[in-house]
Amino acid sequence: MELVSPAGSLPALKAAVENGASAVYVGFKDETNARHFSGLNFNEAKVQSALSYARAKNVKLFIAVNTYPQPTGWNKWQKAVDTAADLGVDALICADMGVLDYASNKYPELNLHLSVQGSGTNSEALSFYKNNFNIKRAVLPRVLSLKQVAQVAKTSPVDLEVFAFGSLCIMAEGRCYLSSYLTDQSPNTCGACSPASFVRWQQTPWGLESRLNNVLIDRYSEDEKAGYPTLCKGRFDIDGDVFNVLEEPTSLNTIGLIPDLDAIGIKAVKIEGRQRSPVYVEQVVSVWRKALDSYARNPDGFKVKPNWSKALAKVSEGAQTTLGAYSRSWQ
Amino acid sequence: MRVFVDEHNDGEYSYAGVREMKISLGPVLYFWPKQKVYDFYEKMAQSSVDIIYLGETVCSKRRELKTLEWLELGQHLAESGKEVVISSLALLMAESELSTLRKICNNATLRIEANDMSAVQILSEKKLPFVCGPSLNIYNAHTLQLMQKKGAVRWVMPVELSGESLMTILQQASDQGFDEKIETEVFSYGHLPLAYSARCFTARYRSLPKDDCRFTCLEYPDGVQVKSQEQQALFNLNGTQTQSAYIYNLLGQLNEMREMGVDVVRISPREHETETVINRFRNLEQGQSDEIILNDAVCNGYWFSKPGMAYLPQPNM
Repeated sequence: MELVSPAGSLPALKAAVENGASAVYVGFKDETNARHFSGLNFNEAKVQSALSYARAKNVKLFIAVNTYPQPTGWNKWQKAVDTAADLGVDALICADMGVLDYASNKYPELNLHLSVQGSGTNSEALSFYKNNFNIKRAVLPRVLSLKQVAQVAKTSPVDLEVFAFGSLCIMAEGRCYLSSYLTDQSPNTCGACSPASFVRWQQTPWGLESRLNNVLIDRYSEDEKAGYPTLCKGRFDIDGDVFNVLEEPTSLNTIGLIPDLDAIGIKAVKIEGRQRSPVYVEQVVSVWRKALDSYARNPDGFKVKPNWSKALAKVSEGAQTTLGAYSRSWQ
Repeated sequence: MRVFVDEHNDGEYSYAGVREMKISLGPVLYFWPKQKVYDFYEKMAQSSVDIIYLGETVCSKRRELKTLEWLELGQHLAESGKEVVISSLALLMAESELSTLRKICNNATLRIEANDMSAVQILSEKKLPFVCGPSLNIYNAHTLQLMQKKGAVRWVMPVELSGESLMTILQQASDQGFDEKIETEVFSYGHLPLAYSARCFTARYRSLPKDDCRFTCLEYPDGVQVKSQEQQALFNLNGTQTQSAYIYNLLGQLNEMREMGVDVVRISPREHETETVINRFRNLEQGQSDEIILNDAVCNGYWFSKPGMAYLPQPNM
């Protein structure tokens, strides 16, 4: 299985390449990709350096142009596709049908992947993208159970990539407007969820409060570890019960599922986190590389080593990991 | 709205009158007992809505009405003179859900609202006309044109898009010459569907596993309200769907939508007062009233490119 690593900067890309990634995915420095955060991502010159660096080490470079163009911004997305095609990247990861249509018509040789933001959760939907845009691979949303992933894999017309590690979206990707409901910016429209420019922290007599566009997301007592106020991870009130109504702050970690994913026929495992540091990339990619190599050497005797889990737990959000939807009980 | 037609196909357009805006009733997004569903649609058959969408769009475990019963009910409503569209599931994750979808798409007479690309795939392969529901990601004219070519005869704008975006899309559609080939519908009243998940939040709230949810959604005919710790209403849980706590209300934008070329305004059913809302829209649409106040906690931010939960006061309110 291919190990696909995120990189939000050149140092992160180098960390991914040096620590065993098979491919690295990056985005341009604008709202054409789903991690449009300030200080992050690559301009054209940086992508060129990234490509040279990766190619020299025989590692692939993917570019994500995976948000949905606004009617007045179409040219920006078109230019992103043109730039990626001119650079000759190994794959373009897209979600919008208009963008996919443009890319597949203008650059029939360009390798297209359906982004997780495209929300392709079943074989019929994937057939649409295959038949109309000739996509070669699809990244599955993190809402499917392992059994469901297996079912999709059995009938999928294209190769499949699944999320292996990182932040956990609880909603079907590409189908969530919670962020724009509170802030006017969503992953689909702006490539941002719960954007940092709307976040405010405030020490109050009731504890440390995190707010998103002035809406109280959570309130922490002194002994609690405060997390970024991604709005689906807040503690809210239903009829006097205050709890994580939608999701606890945890990370996805599927390292124990490597044999299952391989048996199903999954072609690539993806690490989430272009917004994370080069140190995160180094830690996660090196552990996953060890695990994948260990599995390749001895598939039947594969066991998760305690030091792998320990290393991954250190970089996890909320310092807890979960199998997410892959384990049916989570649903 | 004023309509001009090219009657003799010679490039000479003549005034064809004022086009009325149609009012549609969206699918019931909640889980109601069977009899309540039948009673509701019996009333709706008598109401002034032009189009009725019906069917299960949220959770495949909700089977108070079986697929065949939904189709029969649709048939019955069609015979009473309504345009009927069967709405399909928005998030399909299992083979059994695809097989239900195929069954719906195989029905010979009723039109389908595609709420996932799987439905677009099946319907376009069969060369059947369809409606693009609000959960399809149509954010620009390129995508809209592609859907039109695949057989879409109407689209419902994604709820997070603004009036300005819609105007630009429709302008571009007109420039590219396909605006007359597809109707535009706008979600104009109700709790906004904001997100879909594999996880059931209503079951989670009741500490029930999803696999053994005991159909707890039946106990919440209008959803479960979620507030912030400061008692600000935020969301409305509806099983695997998360909605806005506030009611999206574009009554005040009806004329603007009409001028823009919107063909249909959608009212999303609630347990009570759906008829009052329909009447209010109808009266305003026919110029018999300019009353746009409804007794809800409302929002309209999305229309104005603001946070969806924002409310911008209307001139005559």
